[in-house]
Amino acid sequence: MTRHTVHQQGVAGTLESSDVQILIDQNSAGGIDINLTSSVEKQYGQQIRKVIMDTLKNLGVTDAKLQVQDQGALDCTIVARTIAAVHRASDSVSDIDWGELEEWNV
Amino acid sequence: MERLRRTMMFVPASNAAMMRDANLYGADSIMFDLEDSISLREKDTSRFLIYQAVKTLDYGNTETLVRVNALNAGGQDDIEAMVRAGIDAIRLPKTETAQDILDVEAIIAQTEKKCGREAGSTKIFAAVEGPLGVLNALDIATASERIIGIALGAEDYVTSMKTRRYPERNSEEIFFARSMIVHAARAAGIAAVDTVFSNVDDMDMLRKETEIIKQLGFDGKSVINPRQISVINSVFTPQQKEIENAENVMAAIEEAEAKGSGVIALNGKMIDKPIVERAQRVLQLAEAAGVWKEGEEIEW
Repeated sequence: MTRHTVHQQGVAGTLESSDVQILIDQNSAGGIDINLTSSVEKQYGQQIRKVIMDTLKNLGVTDAKLQVQDQGALDCTIVARTIAAVHRASDSVSDIDWGELEEWNV
Repeated sequence: MERLRRTMMFVPASNAAMMRDANLYGADSIMFDLEDSISLREKDTSRFLIYQAVKTLDYGNTETLVRVNALNAGGQDDIEAMVRAGIDAIRLPKTETAQDILDVEAIIAQTEKKCGREAGSTKIFAAVEGPLGVLNALDIATASERIIGIALGAEDYVTSMKTRRYPERNSEEIFFARSMIVHAARAAGIAAVDTVFSNVDDMDMLRKETEIIKQLGFDGKSVINPRQISVINSVFTPQQKEIENAENVMAAIEEAEAKGSGVIALNGKMIDKPIVERAQRVLQLAEAAGVWKEGEEIEW
């Protein structure tokens, strides 16, 4: 598994309805720190965090700070925006290993 | 049954809400766009979004295509991602030669092999958007076993031809291109899909444009707004009188076959092979549109 290391800020997604904007940056304190804002946080906050955490784990991200603004996104949108933000933050947009993504992404 | 392609709706691959709702509007085909409607800086995020959506969401029996970028501008990544996601077909824009199709086919074949998808399962839809592509339409349409259709993209085409669109003058400026596309499609046995109609507020002109392309023999039209779907679908749905006539033709031919007769007539007109084929097509279209079913009375 390629271990993605966050070494710059990466943003993906929009603030439009049904989307989620994810900003990911380095976390000098170590570990994953998610700051989530969502209109459906009470009902789905736990699920949104779980989807993001699972995706980060699959991408081998161990240290990152995330600002997440959810506008009612589906899980598949949350996964897509997380993958995109991580690739941008690890400067690997032009070097995507689709085979590896597919190993865990079913 | 023959797949209907009356309407092929463009959906920008950057829009999460439209991606979720794309199947709700009744288009026969959904074409996710990674090309012109996506800004350069959002190509990567859009590719991930559509990849994830196609893998996850259920679009039912609606055909899914993705319009990819030029191979030297991200198209290779687009194709690899979409084949892996399980898209039905890759729509190649600005196709000019048969070689363009073969280049795309090679990437598809390689990806299908890598990811274990059935060889040949990912199809190709070619869009012709310039004079060279129009003149090479037949070569393009017959370039690969994977080709399921050919479409005209008229906005780029008329610009290359140093003119513009004149829908109010029966679109004569694209008559030659439309004729080339539909002839190539029929010779190759694939679908022919017409260009978009960009004025989303003028439904009368949209209906007129659709009637013209139906008359020319097209299977359907590209759509840029869900509001256009019902207008186009209705033009392509056979009317009650056509259906009744087709039923009568089929009944007459069955009766003649049972009696072992050769030449037959209906209401004083000889029924020959082309008439039977047209009747079959009317009934196929009617059944697929849900307005007719063999052996059942339909309320109009």
